[in-house]
Amino acid sequence: MKPASSVLALALPVILLVGCGSQDDQSNPASPSASPLGLLAPPVEVALDEDGRPVAESLAESQILHRGNAEEPQTLDPHLAEGVPSSILLRDLFEGLATSQPDGRIVPGAAAHWDISRDGLVYTFYLRPDSRWSNGEPLTAADFVWSWQRVVDPQTGASYGRMLAPVKNAEAIFAGELGVEMLGVEALSDSSFQVTLESPTPYFLGLLTHPTTFPVYRPAIEQFGASHVRPGQLVSNGAYVLADWQVRSHIELARNPHYRAADQVIIERVFYYPFEDENTEFNRFRAGDLQWTYRVPSNQFGWLKNNMAESLMVAPWFGTYFFSFNLQRPPFQDNLALRQALNLAVNRDILTNSVTRFGEIPTYNLIPPGLPDYNPFVPEYAEWTQAEREAEARRLYAQAGYSEDNPLTVELRYNSSENHRRIAIAMSAMWKQVLGVRTRLINEEFRVFLQNRTQGRVTEVFRAGWIGDYQDAFTFLELFHSEHGRNDAGYANPSYDRLLEQISAERIPALRRNLLREAERMLLADQVVLPTYIYVSKRLVDPRLQGWAENVMDQHLTRHMYLLKSRTPGEPESPEADSAERGGS
Amino acid sequence: MIGYSLKRLASAIPTLFLLITVAFFLIRIAPGGPFDTERALPPEIEANLAAKYHLDEPLVVQYARYLWQIARFDLGPSFHYLDWSINDLISQGAPVSFTLGLLALIVALLIGVPVGAWAALRQNRPSDYAVMSTAMIGISVPNFVMAPLLILLFAITLGWLPAGGWAFEPSRMVLPVVTLALPMIAYIARITRGSMIEVLHSSFIRTARAKGMPEREVLLHHALKPALLPVISYLGPAAAAILTGSVVVERIFTIPGIGSYFVQGALNRDYTLVMGVVILYGVLIILFNFMVDLLYAWLDPRIRYDEGET
Repeated sequence: MKPASSVLALALPVILLVGCGSQDDQSNPASPSASPLGLLAPPVEVALDEDGRPVAESLAESQILHRGNAEEPQTLDPHLAEGVPSSILLRDLFEGLATSQPDGRIVPGAAAHWDISRDGLVYTFYLRPDSRWSNGEPLTAADFVWSWQRVVDPQTGASYGRMLAPVKNAEAIFAGELGVEMLGVEALSDSSFQVTLESPTPYFLGLLTHPTTFPVYRPAIEQFGASHVRPGQLVSNGAYVLADWQVRSHIELARNPHYRAADQVIIERVFYYPFEDENTEFNRFRAGDLQWTYRVPSNQFGWLKNNMAESLMVAPWFGTYFFSFNLQRPPFQDNLALRQALNLAVNRDILTNSVTRFGEIPTYNLIPPGLPDYNPFVPEYAEWTQAEREAEARRLYAQAGYSEDNPLTVELRYNSSENHRRIAIAMSAMWKQVLGVRTRLINEEFRVFLQNRTQGRVTEVFRAGWIGDYQDAFTFLELFHSEHGRNDAGYANPSYDRLLEQISAERIPALRRNLLREAERMLLADQVVLPTYIYVSKRLVDPRLQGWAENVMDQHLTRHMYLLKSRTPGEPESPEADSAERGGS
Repeated sequence: MIGYSLKRLASAIPTLFLLITVAFFLIRIAPGGPFDTERALPPEIEANLAAKYHLDEPLVVQYARYLWQIARFDLGPSFHYLDWSINDLISQGAPVSFTLGLLALIVALLIGVPVGAWAALRQNRPSDYAVMSTAMIGISVPNFVMAPLLILLFAITLGWLPAGGWAFEPSRMVLPVVTLALPMIAYIARITRGSMIEVLHSSFIRTARAKGMPEREVLLHHALKPALLPVISYLGPAAAAILTGSVVVERIFTIPGIGSYFVQGALNRDYTLVMGVVILYGVLIILFNFMVDLLYAWLDPRIRYDEGET
């Protein structure tokens, strides 16, 4: 390294000279408050007033937040957006009829309150009288009517349009059989918005925090078309407005003075940075450029645990990492025993403790825990010891007609990623060890993988995984309806389909809960999937950033957050601490 | 000279046309499409999206439509970044990549050429070996190793420079420019050294020295100019490559250039984006190769294009 740095020493002055001549004197968006080695100054103890808000004295002077985001959002049009990076931004920019508390609880948002008819089919939302768009214009029920009609209009191409499927006639409008004006929404007055559902949908309020249900500003869309989302043209109704957007550099949001609760928003400005690489984001956090990361490098767990424990935040998430069997082709077609054998032979504890290592929760069922009104169905063998499971696996393997002399050869397919690769290797080793299965690992670039999964012509057992779209077990179970577009396993069980239809029509919560459990039981009994673990959300957070809480949907609105003063304000980070840390690394 | 230039530029058109044609059909062969996602779209919406972007038309019609579009300098809408057109994306990213690439190029030339020439004058002496082995390291250490090392040292441990992010200001440019320039410095130094040695052994240098010309004059005036010829021919394609950005450097320093678009565009099946950067890269390569040829004529008295034509 020595010779290279001598060249470097030569190069530096030259670059500085050349660099000074460059044109644009743009202010620096990231303002590095460089604290060497990511050593963050500890915050003061937070004092809260009677409303649970922090008192002004404990707040940092500058309330500018820098958040890492996974990638450049595909779009900031709430109806066209998909993917987590866009939805994080959209929840800051817009507000639906309902919104969520830091802990994930669903509370009134743009609507002050609502009535639900006794049959659970008609929801009447009463908008707040002071609700305004970011340009000061009033937000009315007509805005919601127009917005929701836009979502279901096939011309819009809303990627998450299915979110509104529970609304009356939505499916027929998607299919082009009815006009958008037939959608079951109505503005009873400027401030009351009525929604009629096809069937009672207990999770309907949960959908209202999803960007697809957010209102959009009609005049801007009509005037600017697709570019209505540019800074200066985007009109939104959330706590923040779009101030600047430099593609793949940063997106800057500023406090919206017309927001209904603007006086409670503490963070003045938020910068979102897209990171294509997790190590890059990690370095920026360590350099003090970020207070919040989207993820952490998956292979750095040990180091993080030892060195940045106060910043490392890990919490269960509403998603499951599982594998699917292709039920339309040999060897898994009509071979339940074989599927069961492979399922039982996988030691989940090894996967989570030695491979993923971030506290993921081993699972034998599909639906993550933590739902307000659902207890996942846990199969019997989840309680067995691993030795018992393996013995049963061997018995089933033999029953399926395989043995040491006649081993199964199987293809395990996953999309290229370091984490998926390690899990696939570990699983194939377990199958080999317990059953003698020969596994061929196949990794494919994402879209190739997706196409192969969808077509089901070459897949045998393949990686899947699902993060729930709304807080209900149905978001997982519906994937296996014989006609669902993501039913890549090709599961076609009429009793299962019937069960899903019953769930959609069931009005009594307790009965519905039982039906959901029965559906999950059936799915596991048929061993359509091989669940491995429940995802965790993991990120680095500056300890000075408060006001947020872990929640299972992993939604963290900037408007709840605030930055505390460092414990020693104005003083540079203590030099002893620096050098100690440096020596240690 | 002018006649030659016009001829060269005219011949660029069929080259570009071929490039566009091949790239257009190649990217369409890749499995999957721009709107495939893990969330399955209802078929009606899928059909509408396809119609909106003309993906439902026969490929040949799409191709003709695309040619007509680029003839009007419109690279079309992005299929992935829905709010932006390819013209938007490239016009935002290109200045960033150009600035970085140009700075790296200048740095590489300012250091590489003198170092190479100096080594040539000390051929086979310890200082020559030292410089050339350093250059070898510069070539062999890939930028995805160099960049994190530089960040670790200068941004995280020393805290002198930002760890990444972009703005048109010197402090943010230093590390990426150094990362980009290091291997080029090494290449240029090696090439300069090699050709300098060759030139120094040639008869016209002997003649110059025999005439009693001062050594300084011999080197700068007579030796360096022809010795630069191989460097120039290396620079043509290298400049096109470096000005269109580097995937690795952009990822590691979070720089919003156009280098990542090659990879991102391909992975997202953002057909128009891939085409956009391919065309830009193609135009630059053609342009720089042309400039190289002109420089050759200027540097090497043996080459005079118009005379050769008679």
